[in-house]
Amino acid sequence: MLSRVAQRIYWLARYLERAENTARMVNVNAHLLLDLPKKLPLGWAPLIEITGSTELFSDCFAEANERNVVRFLIADPRNSGCLLNSLSAARENARTIRDIIPREGWEIINALYLDTRAALPGALAQKRRFAFLRSVMGDIQRLNGLFAGSMLRDAGYSFLRMGRNLERADMATRMVDVRSENLLLEGSEELLPFERIQWMSVLQSLSAYQSYIQKVQGPVRRRAAVRFLLQDPDFPRAFLHCSEQVKACLQTLPNNDAPVRFVNRISRIRRARPDEMSAKQLHDYIDRLQLNLARLDSLIAKTYFAYD
Amino acid sequence: MPIRWKNYKVSGFYDELLRSTSRTRDWARPLCRFFSALNDQELLERKTAAELAIRSMGITFTVYSEEEGGSIDRTWPFDIIPRVITKVEWDRIEQGLKQRVRALNLLIDDLYHKQKIIKDGVLPGELIADSENFRPQCVGVKPPGGIWAHICGSDLVRDKDGTVYVLEDNLRVPSGVSYMLENRAVMKRIFPELFEHYSIEPVDDYPTQLHQCLASMSPRKQSFPEIVVLTPGIYNSAYFEHSYLAQQMGAELVEGADLLVGDDDCVYMRTVQGPARVDVIYRRIDDLFLDPEAFNPDSMLGVPGLMRAWTRGKVALVNAPGAGVADDKVIYAFVPKAINYYLGEQPLIANVPTYLCTDKKEREYVLANLDKLVVKAANESGGYGMLVGPQASQAERNKFAQLIRRRPRNYIAQPLLTLSTTPTLVDSHAEPRHLDLRPFILSGKDTYVTTGGLTRVALKKGSTVVNSSQGGGSKDTWIIDTEAR
Repeated sequence: MLSRVAQRIYWLARYLERAENTARMVNVNAHLLLDLPKKLPLGWAPLIEITGSTELFSDCFAEANERNVVRFLIADPRNSGCLLNSLSAARENARTIRDIIPREGWEIINALYLDTRAALPGALAQKRRFAFLRSVMGDIQRLNGLFAGSMLRDAGYSFLRMGRNLERADMATRMVDVRSENLLLEGSEELLPFERIQWMSVLQSLSAYQSYIQKVQGPVRRRAAVRFLLQDPDFPRAFLHCSEQVKACLQTLPNNDAPVRFVNRISRIRRARPDEMSAKQLHDYIDRLQLNLARLDSLIAKTYFAYD
Repeated sequence: MPIRWKNYKVSGFYDELLRSTSRTRDWARPLCRFFSALNDQELLERKTAAELAIRSMGITFTVYSEEEGGSIDRTWPFDIIPRVITKVEWDRIEQGLKQRVRALNLLIDDLYHKQKIIKDGVLPGELIADSENFRPQCVGVKPPGGIWAHICGSDLVRDKDGTVYVLEDNLRVPSGVSYMLENRAVMKRIFPELFEHYSIEPVDDYPTQLHQCLASMSPRKQSFPEIVVLTPGIYNSAYFEHSYLAQQMGAELVEGADLLVGDDDCVYMRTVQGPARVDVIYRRIDDLFLDPEAFNPDSMLGVPGLMRAWTRGKVALVNAPGAGVADDKVIYAFVPKAINYYLGEQPLIANVPTYLCTDKKEREYVLANLDKLVVKAANESGGYGMLVGPQASQAERNKFAQLIRRRPRNYIAQPLLTLSTTPTLVDSHAEPRHLDLRPFILSGKDTYVTTGGLTRVALKKGSTVVNSSQGGGSKDTWIIDTEAR
């Protein structure tokens, strides 16, 4: 398989996953805020932190209110990571590998981008936004189903899964990082009743709520949620599960010594105790996880996409 | 109103299907009868079905458009009434094309070696010295079998007396063959019953023939040489064809950045397994962008060192760099002489009479008769850089007169041919529209000519411009065996 083709499949998967994550995050946050007292310091700013674009955002907007944040995350051309740009990047990657992905796949991606572009910014109006974002997520999930149901299980498919899982692992760490910082409201008696719904929304942002309930079988608590999102081996968006998926993909590819060794290092997370860490410790720990994900990404690029 | 052949006016042109108004050619009778038996509703249904098939099969060509956000795919314009040529006539044309391409390859090879044709006084040397497509980098190179133009697309037209002429030869990166194949696929889907009435020669052998032709050029003798199609990328107007042909042949579709030339002068493609040796490159990139080391240093499309690999015989480039020297429209004028010179034969297909502006007497004639002639730039294609004298304004003619005086080597002139017409669907009736034909000739170990080729038709009334980028459409092309039962 050509390196360029492998690279485009990998990024196609990453961008699709990113778009889906962004859409879900916005919807879940909107629902969360409806349940919280107005005086809570939360709001929309954490979403900017989660996407790592605090600086860019403050260059563009004075205030992190709902209107500005949603526009920035979904449709602002200045934000290269916004949903519309992710879809556009997915489409450009898909365009040159139309022969590799299923034909309907290209048609769905193409239509998804064109329809989304045509619907914005009108679809951001509060009463239409939820349905709009849900349909974007639905289309991406349809694509994932189509890929799973019709693509050869060859190197190309491994790159597709690697891209998706790295993006998911990345999202899990960002979510846990920012939310534990914001939500560590220890000592604040007044807000304690809300802790639970806040962590429920974190889980929902990663489609993890139902799985969490089934597996943990207890009330939603910070410690158990952090453990679940980082260390559960079976939940598909948990960090550990994703890194193990990447490993399984690498094992189908040639020249995999260095990357597999590196993933094994990453998977040592299974022995860590993030739930017992202080806020500062957890933050530093997640910093290291993210650094490792970035290193893994460049190791994959160096091993398989090397353009000299 | 459905198609009524008595309303179809044949006057002043040769029509491919009708001898004169309401009189169809004998072998065209079942076809014409079939179409006139369809009512408006049925015609519309078939037309819509064809458009749907084209869209769902993804047959497109790319047009760059600023306001629609970069390049866009347009669906391929297709007319449902086929263009028909009898096998008897086609066999003659096929022989003529083979003869012509043989001579063209000998001519190119000679021009990059001893230049005997110049020394013998048949071709003026200064025409080569001034040629934009002569590549000094190719002098002395010996591609396998002495073949430079492995894939040639020659445009044929028919004048009002029915004579077929070669209008031009495309020896650089001729395109259109994928549309020939897809047009047939669409026709078979939409009009299966027509294929029962006629004995139509199949066209779908082309990808296999192309694959064999390319494989026979491999420098390494092995049963499965690595063949790639080199494309400039998705923004090229022929990208659909590049990916289509790669897919049909089971070859990799690569871009310049996918290839590299190693220290051993061999070409490799970058794969997830590491570099893999490439034997044959079917390149769809112009000469000047092939290799930034040898040609345009700013080219982002090419592969540094590719010319080095080719001149040392480590990789086959198809078509060979420099082959375009013979599709210059000035050199075109000498092809009949070249056929005679190299093969000792008379050309089986005629050239359109051509006036060379480098010749003083002919130039005077051209300048005095601009209102009757078509003037073409020597190195343009796609219908650009052209003056159609009788249809042009005085100002345009004056502009061309000036251009010709300034750079006579750049221009040739030809009488305006009255291109033949063929019935084409307009709303729900048929009208005559002008057309040409581009067959493709493959030269490898053997020579192969497509059965028919790509028929391009000017969809605008009276127009003779058939290029898809300028409002042309296309038709399925049938070679029918009128003797077969």
